Amino acid sequence: MKKSQIFMNGVIKENPVLMLMLGTCPALAVTTSAMNGLGMGIATLAVLLGSNIVIALLKNVIPKAVRIPCYIVVISGFVTIVGFLVKAYAQELDAALGVFLPLIVVNCIILGRAEMFASKNSMLDSAVDALGMGLGFTLALFAMGAIRELLGAGSILSFTLLPETFPKLLIMTQPPGGFFVYGVLLAAIQALPARKGKPLEKKHCGACAGCPAAAQCAAAKDE
Amino acid sequence: MKDVFLLLVSAIFVNNFVLSKFLGICPFLGVSKKLDSAVGMGAAVTLVMLLATLVTYPVYALLLVPNELEYLQTIVFILVIASFVQLLEIIMRKYLPALHRTLGVYLPLITTNCAVLGVTILNIDEGYTFFKSMVYSFGAGLGFLLAMVIFAGVRTKLEAADIPQAFKGMPITLVAAAIVSLAFFGFAGIGA
Repeated sequence: MKKSQIFMNGVIKENPVLMLMLGTCPALAVTTSAMNGLGMGIATLAVLLGSNIVIALLKNVIPKAVRIPCYIVVISGFVTIVGFLVKAYAQELDAALGVFLPLIVVNCIILGRAEMFASKNSMLDSAVDALGMGLGFTLALFAMGAIRELLGAGSILSFTLLPETFPKLLIMTQPPGGFFVYGVLLAAIQALPARKGKPLEKKHCGACAGCPAAAQCAAAKDE
Repeated sequence: MKDVFLLLVSAIFVNNFVLSKFLGICPFLGVSKKLDSAVGMGAAVTLVMLLATLVTYPVYALLLVPNELEYLQTIVFILVIASFVQLLEIIMRKYLPALHRTLGVYLPLITTNCAVLGVTILNIDEGYTFFKSMVYSFGAGLGFLLAMVIFAGVRTKLEAADIPQAFKGMPITLVAAAIVSLAFFGFAGIGA
C-alpha cells in the first residue's frame, strides 16, 4: 500500500469515530467545546504515534503469546508521558479532560492499531498509519466539539459566531447533547448517497486474535 | 453516615457513570439489546469495580505512595486489573461454575472497559478514604447496571418502531440514549 493510501484510510474510509464507532467514550465525554475535542484528539494522536512506532520496532522481539500485555505496557507508558506534558504545558486542558487523559490507555483505537497494523508493518508505515488514524480521530472530535459549542454557546473555539438573539441550546454542551449530536452525525453519514443505504456497524477494537474475550465479544455482538 | 449515603445516591443517579460521565459506553451500546445480557453485564461490572478498588486502593496507598511512584499509577492499575480479572475468571470457572455461566462470560470483556479503570482512578483523584472508595465503586456499578437495564427496555421498544432509513441501527440507538440521559439529567443538583 502507498503511504498516502495508508494515511487517508484512517482519515476517511476507516475514520475510527465516525465509521468504525471506536473510542466512543472520549468522543462523547470531552467534546463539550471545539478546543477540548481538539486537545483530546492531539493527545490521543501523540500516544498512538509513539506506541505504533515502538511496537513496530519491537514486533520481532515481543513473544506472540504475551503480546497484548506488552502492548498495554508500551501504550500506558506513552499515556503517562503525554499526561505529564499536558499537566505541565496545558493546565486548562488537563482540567477539562480530567480522568479521560489517563483513560487513553483503554482507548481501543490504540490497542487495535497495535494489533492490526503496527505488529505486521514497517516502522515508517506504522507511523503514517498512526498519523492518519490520529488525524481522523482528531477531526471527528473537533467536528463534534464545534457543533456542540456552536449550538450550546453560539461560538466555535470561543469566537462568537451566532447573534445574541439566537437561542443558546445549553443542553448541547451537557451529556444528552453529546449522545444526540453523535447520533445525528452518524445518521448523516448513513444518509450519504455513496453508502447506498448500508448501515454503519460498530467494529471491535481489532485485537481479537490475541484477546481471550474474542468469542464472547462476537457473541455479545450477534445476540 | 449521611455523606456516605449521599455519595452512593449521587454515584447511582446524579453522576451516573454511563449517562452523565460517559464511562463504559462500549458495553452500554454493545450488550444492551437483551434484558438478561444487560443484567449479566451490569452485575459483572459491579463485581469487578468493587474488587478492582479493593485491590488497586491498597496498591496505591501502601506501595506507590511510600515509594514516591505515584506517576506509575496508570501502568500499574491497568496491569493489576487485567491480571486480576483473568485470575477471577479462572477461579470462578473452577469453583463457582454456576456463577461463571451467568457472569463469567462477561469478565474478559471488562478488562479494557474504561468504567473499571475510571472508577479506580477517580477514587484516588477525589481523595476518598478506603471505605468511601468502596461505597463509590458500588454506587458506580449499580448506576451502570441501572442504565443498562433501562436502556435494554428502551431498545426492545425500538426494535418494533418505524424508523427513518438514515437513522436505522446505531444513530437511533444514540438518540434514544440521549433521551434516557435527559431523564437522568433531572437528578442534577441533588446530593454531593
